[in-house]
Amino acid sequence: MHRYQAGSGDRQRMLATIGISSIEQLFETIPAGVRCEALDLPPARSEEEVRREFWAYAGANAAPDCFASFLGAGVYRHVAPAVADALIQRGEFFTAYTPYQPEVSQGTLQAIFEFQTYVCQLTEQDVANASLYDGATAVVEAVLMAQRILPGRPRVVVAGSLHPEFRAVLDTYEEPLGVTVTEVPWDVHGRLDGAAMAGALGTDVCAVVVQSPNVLGVVEDLHAVGAAAKAAGAMAIHVVAEATSLGVLAPGGRFGFDVVCGELQAFGIPPSFGGPHLGFFASSQAHLRQMPGRLAGETVDSAGKRGFVLTLSTREQHIRRAKATSNICTNHGLMALVATITLSLLGRKGVRETALASHATAEYLKAGVRGQGPGVRLAFPEGPTYNEFLVLHDDPDGLLERLRQEGILGGVSTSRLGGRLPLGILIAATERNTRRECDLLLDALRRLA
Amino acid sequence: MSDRPVGRAAEKLIFERSSPGRVGYQLPPLEVPAVGTTMLPGTAVREEIADLPEVSEVDVVRHFTRLSKLNYGVDEGLYPLGSCTMKYNPRINEEIARLAGIAQLHPLQPANQVQGALAIMWELEQALIAITGMARVTLQPAAGAHGELTGMLMIRKALIDRGERRRTVLIPDSAHGTNPASAVFAGFQVVEIASTAAGTLDLAALRRHLEGGDIAALMVTVPNTLGVFEPEIVAAAEMLHEKGAFLYMDGANLNAFVGVALPGTMGADALHINLHKTFSTPHGGGGPGAGPVAVSSALVPYLPVPTVEKRGGRYAFDCDRPGSIGKVRGFFGNFGMLVRALAYIRSLGCDGLRRMAEGAVLNANYVRKGLEESYHLQYTGASLHEVVFDDSLQAAVGVRNIDIAKRLLDYGFHPPTMSFPLIVHGALMIEPTESEGIEELDAFITAMREIAREARESPELVKGAPYTTPVRRLDEVRAARQPVLRWRRGGR
Repeated sequence: MHRYQAGSGDRQRMLATIGISSIEQLFETIPAGVRCEALDLPPARSEEEVRREFWAYAGANAAPDCFASFLGAGVYRHVAPAVADALIQRGEFFTAYTPYQPEVSQGTLQAIFEFQTYVCQLTEQDVANASLYDGATAVVEAVLMAQRILPGRPRVVVAGSLHPEFRAVLDTYEEPLGVTVTEVPWDVHGRLDGAAMAGALGTDVCAVVVQSPNVLGVVEDLHAVGAAAKAAGAMAIHVVAEATSLGVLAPGGRFGFDVVCGELQAFGIPPSFGGPHLGFFASSQAHLRQMPGRLAGETVDSAGKRGFVLTLSTREQHIRRAKATSNICTNHGLMALVATITLSLLGRKGVRETALASHATAEYLKAGVRGQGPGVRLAFPEGPTYNEFLVLHDDPDGLLERLRQEGILGGVSTSRLGGRLPLGILIAATERNTRRECDLLLDALRRLA
Repeated sequence: MSDRPVGRAAEKLIFERSSPGRVGYQLPPLEVPAVGTTMLPGTAVREEIADLPEVSEVDVVRHFTRLSKLNYGVDEGLYPLGSCTMKYNPRINEEIARLAGIAQLHPLQPANQVQGALAIMWELEQALIAITGMARVTLQPAAGAHGELTGMLMIRKALIDRGERRRTVLIPDSAHGTNPASAVFAGFQVVEIASTAAGTLDLAALRRHLEGGDIAALMVTVPNTLGVFEPEIVAAAEMLHEKGAFLYMDGANLNAFVGVALPGTMGADALHINLHKTFSTPHGGGGPGAGPVAVSSALVPYLPVPTVEKRGGRYAFDCDRPGSIGKVRGFFGNFGMLVRALAYIRSLGCDGLRRMAEGAVLNANYVRKGLEESYHLQYTGASLHEVVFDDSLQAAVGVRNIDIAKRLLDYGFHPPTMSFPLIVHGALMIEPTESEGIEELDAFITAMREIAREARESPELVKGAPYTTPVRRLDEVRAARQPVLRWRRGGR
């Protein structure tokens, strides 16, 4: 028998109780034509053998913590407090499921309520859901919501500086629903071209989607974008890929945006080769009934004690089925818990300090790059950035390989992001990059670029 | 009544624990020059977020530890949520997912830096191909519903490629709500097909609908949501294919027949697999999961990109798929869950996987036998891994499935899934999984029989439950009518 399953002695007793002689009889309803012989897989392995196999896989990868690492482009290397991972490994949290029975799920439900509160505080929005899969699908859900709210407007205006991964997913979902996308380019400073956007707007536009900081690292003028969207009667959607930026940058909620959504991976969630990460979605109160995803709400029990329950479920697939606001069921609950614990530890001071340190480290690198020769130059010298910036180069992959040989993961080549961005390297810095690492990178760029 | 203590005063919100001047985390000193916000446009800057809490690390540990103790997880005992497959979540999988060479990997590192990660993805695809008997598997979808959408998008693309615009998807009335929701998001309209008196697929109705010519696909769960194998599945697949339509198979119930039968030979064109169900990745209080989709050769051209290919011992991402539906999420998949699932498949092996299905089916039938005198069984076909009772015997005295569920909490068990499938009124869907030993099942059966007796002898006791949980029954009407969805300083 297997260590994860009941024993063979149990089986005999159960068969006797049921009144059959073999388990095979329980499969009689499955016709012979679809049966299989033994699966073409290796036999069961001990824990030690499994460990060895995966140590080998892990050993064949270059772990960024073994390098001076400046990788960003939508996935960031920030502090992950030890106690956050310790807490989420409590079986009461991670071996529970969706809190369908709230009386034995108050831990999960209260944590969701706290998460929703954090997201509202970070985004200055009225209401936030319990999580979505990732930033890309969060953007999609926002656009689909805009479609439901403004059904006669099948066009979406999207900044060209929206992360290409987010844009690719938007294109996949939009096509079957007959929505078209108008892309607006960036200007000489890497910011959304205001004149081009004005030209793109119209009475057939349901939403304007702008990412800030955008994929080029540049901070947008959300005030102007929000005003233009509103004037055109469209919903304004602020997308965030680097969530720690919300520690110093004003979110769309402050400028009247309808939705602030995106990716919260930066708050304590491991990069994990692209997933699981943490989509977040926050909107103004007016759109509450159209929101996708789970919502935890406060209430009382029959003894008057405060408690929390999933609520407004008539929006969701298990009640509304074909007319649901989203098809989402299982979301990213445990990742939301990681972020909730991380945000609690960082708190008021830590969220600020993380953002200021990330920004300052990137500014130090930018100043260093500015001082170098023509081999390496900033793509947008006048464009304000938070913790990431684009450096132009003709052979970014070659340069990055030379940097790697010196123990540096210098950034992400834009050639890996779909080919519509200027050719070069996106360099991201966080509070985890030491001065020594920064100086190593600057020195290496000077010699190798 | 259980000994579960009523405990201290209810745990406050973390915001209510805040006290000025406390810190929970300390960053290393800044070594580069501080610039404040001077390099950012004034209009783009915000102040410190005043309402974020100020708590110490100890406060945080106390808070979340106490919250955890309000929860019931499958680590504690039987969690028989039908259709969710709440099996044991092995800890070696957690250790492996946290290895530096796995957890730290950035998705945009070049292929030569991530050969181990690509190998894991390739190996998992191969394993799922062996398990399903299908042609290829995409690992991108983040959950079952996401997989449903992905599969339906591929079916839509295949039809367009053929020059056809079929707009209708048939879905049984017993289907999970994500099925119609996903079909609509893929651009289809849904027509519900009523089940037979036995609760299974109505082949005659299927034939009639197919005459119309607008049918793109049938979405069906196998075994169905009653836990009964669809006897006509092969015939249905043949009928669909003959008319140029596709068969989408919801794989939520795959735990019933891994190693026993192959969905590929049943004629499935697309099948999503819930790694957080069948393959033990943890439910996490509501995810993250993963919903890979296995496809027949007809749908291979439409797979999301990139796929992982192996050539001459090296692994690479491949985007060369002109018919691809594109991407359904950022990057490549919930890699952390893919790793856990592959570790589980290696731990069980071909023999362990078959025993997994056998154990799941045996345990469900043992529970069925133990409860069939006490609870009503509307559909009496042979059960595989789950059984759906209902409350109709108890409803006669005003005790409903929700009351039975709440009373079961007092006995120290998580209740079964309620009110699903829709074709069973007052449903109690019980799926024990293969993780359970006979003592736990006997304790559950005893508790359920006790509740049936209580319902007969003192129904008010059952209707007032639960009595021993951290909170009593919660006012869900109030929560919906006066939504309070966040904390605010100073109250509402």
